[in-house]
Amino acid sequence: MTQLNTNELDPLLIAESWMLDGRDVAIATVVETWGSAPRPVGSHLVIDEKGNFEGSVSGGCVEGSVISEAMDVLTSGEPRLLEFGVADETAWQVGLSCGGHIKVYVERLG
Amino acid sequence: MDPYCLKKLNIERRARRAALLLTDLGDGRDRVIKEGDPVAGELGEVIAKAFLSGQSGVVEVDGRSFFLNVHLPPPRLVVIGAVHISQALVPMARVAGYDMEIIDPRTAFATPERFSDVRLFTEWPQDVLKTHPLDAYTAVAAVTHDPKIDDYALEAALKAGCFYVGALGSRKTHAKRVERLQAVGLSDESIATIHAPIGLNIGAASPAEIAVAVLAEIIEAFRARSLRMPQTLEKTA
Repeated sequence: MTQLNTNELDPLLIAESWMLDGRDVAIATVVETWGSAPRPVGSHLVIDEKGNFEGSVSGGCVEGSVISEAMDVLTSGEPRLLEFGVADETAWQVGLSCGGHIKVYVERLG
Repeated sequence: MDPYCLKKLNIERRARRAALLLTDLGDGRDRVIKEGDPVAGELGEVIAKAFLSGQSGVVEVDGRSFFLNVHLPPPRLVVIGAVHISQALVPMARVAGYDMEIIDPRTAFATPERFSDVRLFTEWPQDVLKTHPLDAYTAVAAVTHDPKIDDYALEAALKAGCFYVGALGSRKTHAKRVERLQAVGLSDESIATIHAPIGLNIGAASPAEIAVAVLAEIIEAFRARSLRMPQTLEKTA
């Protein structure tokens, strides 16, 4: 459930204010999780064209990768569905060290 | 995401109304659906269930993949009465994830010393609730057992469809309260939804134990909100 009592940290309110400031905004959303996942389905990470971000889709494990994908999505305008899980070689680079598996939908605002 | 959808969704969230963002994962189109908006077919059923459970997720309907992101307002607890039980409730409610507020016009009770880290209104409920209305995602616990303070708040809570309305007092005290609420025109059905005596029956004796019983009863009511859903569905039918 979304908590609205900490407005400054609410990604969707931040996305709206960034949009009103004329910034290009991408929204990443956790749409599916399996096993142990640090952030529940529905969690958001919002990213602007300079790579500034707020919110989270994991415990910091895959944010870097989501942000770089978001840059491409901002350019192309085409949404992407990303999948992250533990892969042996990449577990400590891009992947969830907790053993979980998540799908993240990345789209451009507007 | 459509900028218009984001604005519309945030308006609903700021106003503490339940809303859902439906995204077609195939073409990326989205739309905002408010609780009670009619949606036909299988998708409508899935949406109604999502509002009940508060669970977001991907659903397959008619060979298409949709993501439903459910935004329910955070549950709130309004306590009428700045008494000992309320003091014990402050830290408990916070841990359970409830935004808590206390209303009590009695300045001797409602002091900042006794209630340093909670929103406290040292005013009559009728004055506070005018500018600060109750809603379906709010629980009201009236614990002053003074009719002058509790009664108006109970009436307002029943009319606002609060998911939980509880009132402190013995069965005898409550019987008199029922008569007064009938006298202001509330239906017996509505009055019967008041939890009184307040709190789950766990044999609570101390103020802190009563606070546990009250909070547990509130959590039970919130998780069982399905019971009030048939009315919502009827309204839209």
